[in-house]
Order: sequence, then C-alpha cells, then structure tokens
Amino acid sequence: MIDVLYFAWVRERIGLPRETVETQAATVADLIEELKAREPRYEAAFADLSALRVALDQDLAEFDAPLAGVREVAFFPPMTGG
Amino acid sequence: MKISVQTEPFDLGTEMAGFGTGREDVGAVVSFTGIVRDDTGAMDALELEHYPGMTERAIAKIVGEAIERWKLADVIVIHRHGRLGVGEQIMMVATAARHRVAAFEAAEFLMDYLKSRAPFWKKEHGPEGTSWVAAKDEDEDALKRW
Repeated sequence: MIDVLYFAWVRERIGLPRETVETQAATVADLIEELKAREPRYEAAFADLSALRVALDQDLAEFDAPLAGVREVAFFPPMTGG
Repeated sequence: MKISVQTEPFDLGTEMAGFGTGREDVGAVVSFTGIVRDDTGAMDALELEHYPGMTERAIAKIVGEAIERWKLADVIVIHRHGRLGVGEQIMMVATAARHRVAAFEAAEFLMDYLKSRAPFWKKEHGPEGTSWVAAKDEDEDALKRW
C-alpha cells in the first residue's frame, strides 16, 4: 500500500488529490505504467514525463528510483515558487 | 531563523524589526519581497497551491545550505499560499551576514532555489478562466550559477 498524491494540473487531470494504491511496482516508472493502464485520465496525466516531477516521501527523486520502503509518492509539474 | 508557509499577509516592518541587529557578527542585512504582478492587465488573482509537509522540508533544506555556505547569522523565509490579489505580497526572504556580498548572494540563492525547488504551483485567474503558470527554462538555468 502506498499513498499517491497529485498536485496542480496533474491533480486536475486525474481528478483527485490523493489515493491509496495497492501495488507491487518496483520503481516509480513501474507504478506510472500501472496507473496509465487503469484509465484514460491517468494515461493523459502521465503522457509526457518530461513535464512531470516526482517526490518520494517528500524528497525529489528520479523516475527510475526504487519504491521499496516508500510510503508516499507525489507527482506534480515543475515547481513555480518564489 | 524563521520559516513560515502561511495564507495570511505578513508585515515587512514587523518581520525586519530587530532582525540581525544587536549582535557583533552581523554587518549586513538584505531583504527581498515578491509581489503579485500582472503582466497582461487581465489577471484577477494568483492562486498558489503547495505540498504541505514537503514545502517546509524543502525550504528548511535550502535555508540550511545558505546558512552553511554564506555563514549567515540569521534568515527569514515567509511564503504565502492560497488566493492572492494583484499587488499583494507573495513571499519574502531576509539574510543577515558579516558582509554585504554574502547577504546579497545568499538572498539570491534562496530566491533561485525557492522558485524551482520549493513545491509551489501558481495558477492565474482572469476573465477568460484560469491557467497554470509554466516553469521557465531560465529559472532552472539560474540554479547552475550556484
């Protein structure tokens, strides 16, 4: 079980801010493939990974990062703070 | 040191009162305030979304790096979220250091990193609807100078 969070247009495209996902995915990329296979709205949100960033347990990570031991995965567009 | 992520406005005068003063190791204080600007003349408001938890963590990490690198005596970072009107304050940073160059550089470093590494997302509200502000390549490039 892993908590998956979505922010900004990723949240809007998928239609929810967070969900708990039952997964055996080994990496972030594997999790994305599982989500994309679910429904077209996930497919649309994850169509261009270069437009997305991922954080694992609230630290920025890469898409090939392993998910072992991770409790919270967040997907969002590049940040626009300041 | 003060880090605050908040919806309510802040008062620059109150925040800066006494900041970096009354001690022997501070010779320079710099502050920067970001204001909601309207480049198109058609913006009603700016909405800032953030990632509670990660935001505070990311800012603390950036502040820690700045303190270490420029030997800062004190730092303030206040960043607002929620719906902000044109002309309202979005955020501020302040740095206190022994010398001027360190205080200025650290403030610029904080700003550059807050822009691209703190999990905030801006959405513009206008008469035609809303649109997410896209991250700029030059903001990412700005990190390379550090």
